[in-house]
Amino acid sequence: MNFQKRLLRAEPNFRILAKLWQVNWLYVLLICALAMVGYGALYSAAGGSSRPFAGPQTIRFAVGLVMMVCVALMSPRLLTRLAWPLYGLSLVLLVAVLRMGHVGKGAERWLIVGGVQIQPSELAKIALVLVLATWFHRVSYRRMVNPLYLLPPAAMVLLPVGLVLKEPNLGTAVIIGVVGATIFFGAGMRLWQIALLLVPLPFLGKIAYSHLHDYQKARITTFLNPESDPLGAGYNIIQSKIALGSGGMWGQGYLHGTQGQLNFLPEKQTDFIFTMIAEEWGYVGGIAVIGLLMLMVIGGMLIAMRSRNQFGRLLGLGIATNFFLYCAVNLSMVMGTIPVGGVPLPLISYGGSAMLTVMFGFGLLMSAWVHRNDHFGEAGDRA
Amino acid sequence: MIGRRKTLQRLMSRPDADTPSRGVFTRRALVVLGAQMAAFGLLGHRLYGLQVLEGDHFARMAENNRVSRRLIAPPRGRVVDRFGIAVASNKVNWRALLLPEETSDIPGTLDRFSALVPIEARDRARIEREIRHKRRFIPVMLHDFLSWDDMARIELNAPSLPGVLIDVGTTRNYPFGPLMAHVVGYVAPPGDKDVAQDQTLALPGMRVGRAGIEQTQDGLLRGQVGAVEVEVNAVGRLMSELSRDEGQPGDEITLTIDSGLQQAVLGRIADQSASAVVMDCRNGEVLAMVSNPSFDPSLFDSGVSQAQWQEWATDPRTPLINKAVAGVYPPGSTFKPAVAMAALKTGTLSPTDRIFCPGYLDVGGTRFHCWSRYGHGSLTLKEGLKFSCDVFFYEVARRTGMDAIAAASHSFGLGTNLDIELPHTRTGLIPTPEWRRAHGQHWNGGDTIVSGIGQGFVQVTPLQLATYVSRIASGRAVQPHLVRAVSGRMTDGTDSGHWPALDMPEPFLTQLRAGMYAVVNEEHGTAPKARLDIPGVQMAGKTGSAQVRHVSRALRESGHFDSSSLPWEYRPHALFICFAPYDAPRYAAAIVVEHGNAGAAVAAPLARDIMTDTLTRDPANRKEPPGQVVAEVEDFQ
Repeated sequence: MNFQKRLLRAEPNFRILAKLWQVNWLYVLLICALAMVGYGALYSAAGGSSRPFAGPQTIRFAVGLVMMVCVALMSPRLLTRLAWPLYGLSLVLLVAVLRMGHVGKGAERWLIVGGVQIQPSELAKIALVLVLATWFHRVSYRRMVNPLYLLPPAAMVLLPVGLVLKEPNLGTAVIIGVVGATIFFGAGMRLWQIALLLVPLPFLGKIAYSHLHDYQKARITTFLNPESDPLGAGYNIIQSKIALGSGGMWGQGYLHGTQGQLNFLPEKQTDFIFTMIAEEWGYVGGIAVIGLLMLMVIGGMLIAMRSRNQFGRLLGLGIATNFFLYCAVNLSMVMGTIPVGGVPLPLISYGGSAMLTVMFGFGLLMSAWVHRNDHFGEAGDRA
Repeated sequence: MIGRRKTLQRLMSRPDADTPSRGVFTRRALVVLGAQMAAFGLLGHRLYGLQVLEGDHFARMAENNRVSRRLIAPPRGRVVDRFGIAVASNKVNWRALLLPEETSDIPGTLDRFSALVPIEARDRARIEREIRHKRRFIPVMLHDFLSWDDMARIELNAPSLPGVLIDVGTTRNYPFGPLMAHVVGYVAPPGDKDVAQDQTLALPGMRVGRAGIEQTQDGLLRGQVGAVEVEVNAVGRLMSELSRDEGQPGDEITLTIDSGLQQAVLGRIADQSASAVVMDCRNGEVLAMVSNPSFDPSLFDSGVSQAQWQEWATDPRTPLINKAVAGVYPPGSTFKPAVAMAALKTGTLSPTDRIFCPGYLDVGGTRFHCWSRYGHGSLTLKEGLKFSCDVFFYEVARRTGMDAIAAASHSFGLGTNLDIELPHTRTGLIPTPEWRRAHGQHWNGGDTIVSGIGQGFVQVTPLQLATYVSRIASGRAVQPHLVRAVSGRMTDGTDSGHWPALDMPEPFLTQLRAGMYAVVNEEHGTAPKARLDIPGVQMAGKTGSAQVRHVSRALRESGHFDSSSLPWEYRPHALFICFAPYDAPRYAAAIVVEHGNAGAAVAAPLARDIMTDTLTRDPANRKEPPGQVVAEVEDFQ
């Protein structure tokens, strides 16, 4: 305690060390554990080689780790100031990607800036969490009774949701919407307000379905009955289920998953990496990975609850929920529980954009932890 | 106090559980966390269902995904003659294949290839279609049956032909070509109907027997299809081999034919439209079966051209028909021994009975002429056969009746289905009053008379004639057969003891043999030209000339009738049946020369030569072929 105090009061140079001390290294260890699972899976996906997936991914993870620590050191005050520009930038990128982005597999859109692929929708999620946390940090729980205070943040949510829907990327749009809604909920939106909002939802859903693209509708129908079109849109789901079944309780053995190694499994290094892990390591391995993911979510939520400022709490809630949604959507997708969409398994799937945004998110979470005892610029919320 | 306030203030200023937003957040965060954990729980549950509960079902599907069964075509069994000389074998077939994935410019490669080895426009269309439809690592056949020159040109230009590779397959080889075509038959690629019956025929390299032994022994020759289980990846590329069953190569069929004798017989026939069957009269083995003209059986494997078909189909000498089993001819005078046997058995004639031939016989107001206008005078059975007197057999037939004649003929194998291992055989006909009635016609007494000399409705095949004379010679009910052994296992019937005795008394058969001996060897017999040159060995035989067109009485009586002046297709067929040696019969033969005019002049010397060849080679008593062995042709098994 005394040592900490001394550290905190010491020179600015020394304060960085103090903050580093404050970083929740247990949680970082958990992140590294998941990244190692990812390394092993990508090594296997390449047929027992660190090229072309596992090696580059490790470099990205290392970069992400450094970035995470840097972000962790940023004070909440700085982050609240960064929130708006970042949010604005993400909206500009979302518009830009609509105008001149590349379309891959009819869903994900990305921009290429200086040879680096950027998926603006990923950035938008983080920016939205930041900007909402900033907003609700300033609007007190009491003031939220007035629905007028809810309108600007609602617009903040709907703007990126609409743009992402137009890409069109249904999966990410839903994730952004749910992340936003969770922050509303956590910030203290009144239950009657929620009830009022839920009433017109079915009608909205119906309108939304009529605006879906044919391929998105096809996904929904093939999801309901994948065997109806075994070589078409249902192929991925069936092959994924076959690979899971092939794994059984104890798995085919590392590097010996037949369906994955023989390429029956589509996109095994990205969206369907969990299937490959579960085929090689069996149900036991699959549950172990799910367990690690659960620990990550629980840890994130505990960090959020531990924060003494609303900004940190909502930031933690948003990041943890975002992580949870990534995992849940990806796992449901590979198990054939929801229609397939290009959602990777965070920290494990191959891909730079997702890895860096996820690590950026963890940086924010870590900042919330490091600065859990700070309180700044809050609206008079005391009783 | 102040200190207390400060403490309180500090407590208040520290947004702890006391601030409403934190309390609400904690509660709500726990709700959210609970929901998230529940979701993970459901996912874990779902995973358990997929991997453990339904695991077996999906694991089976995984196995189907991964393991692909590929069938291996077994090598087709060889056909060899009685001395083991290959008559049908498998020959390497060099083919040029194109692996589309290894060439960037498919049309260019094809153009350069066809500049070296021309590809027909039809083949080119097929190749381009296959390239479009097949996966890029599955080779497409460009050209098969490449010659050495073609291969040399391709190899030399290999750098400009990326993706072109030379591969070896097999094709059926018939070293004897036309000589054995009618016996061995030929193979052709299976048609859709064959594949519908037997899926394994869809395998590349499988062939179906379309004629001859290849057709009737197809099941044995084809063998058992093997299978290899391979692991394939998602695009069907072979990754590794899991198990292999080579299958069973087809059986080797050993024929009763002596290819050397076959060759000799064809040499004697030369270019006449004729057929000859030589048999071992003790066990029914067919030693030679020639039908001339013939065709090249190897043409069918690669496809017969339209022009070739046209030529075969319109040739009046019917090269595609095996005349030995599918050519039917009136037996003419060769039928007389059968008539005699019928009479002896029914007792209407005894060996010592005499019949007077005045040159004709009047029956029911119709006069039937003997071939000799002046008549033969008084004759015994032996003399009747020796002179081949028509009146003698008119009278015998009249006495005996058609039913008895038909019964005896059938016992000799005439007009019956002989069950030889060949397809498309014909039964011929021994007419009876009952047969005539079945066709709504009345049987006249004259029909019996004409049948007595093997004319009228009587029709037999050369193989039946050979069987008939074999039975006369051996007294056993031998059946002609072509398959001597299957993969070294001798078939039944190689041993003469297998065959039962004919239902004819031996003394009667002796009478027939004596008559046939007289035909060849006695003064004034009808076939002196058939006498053998071999000291101490005699041949017995019977001539026959079968009219194919009615000769009017006026023309015959004018004395100017000469059948050799007729157009070829109206001349009588020349026939001869014989066996030798007379005192210990071993070989029997039947020869039919289509439109050969006269049995005595044309068929008898031919028979003598054929029998001389047979006796010289003596295939029934040899283990090795005499003389030099026919060079083994490039064999591939």
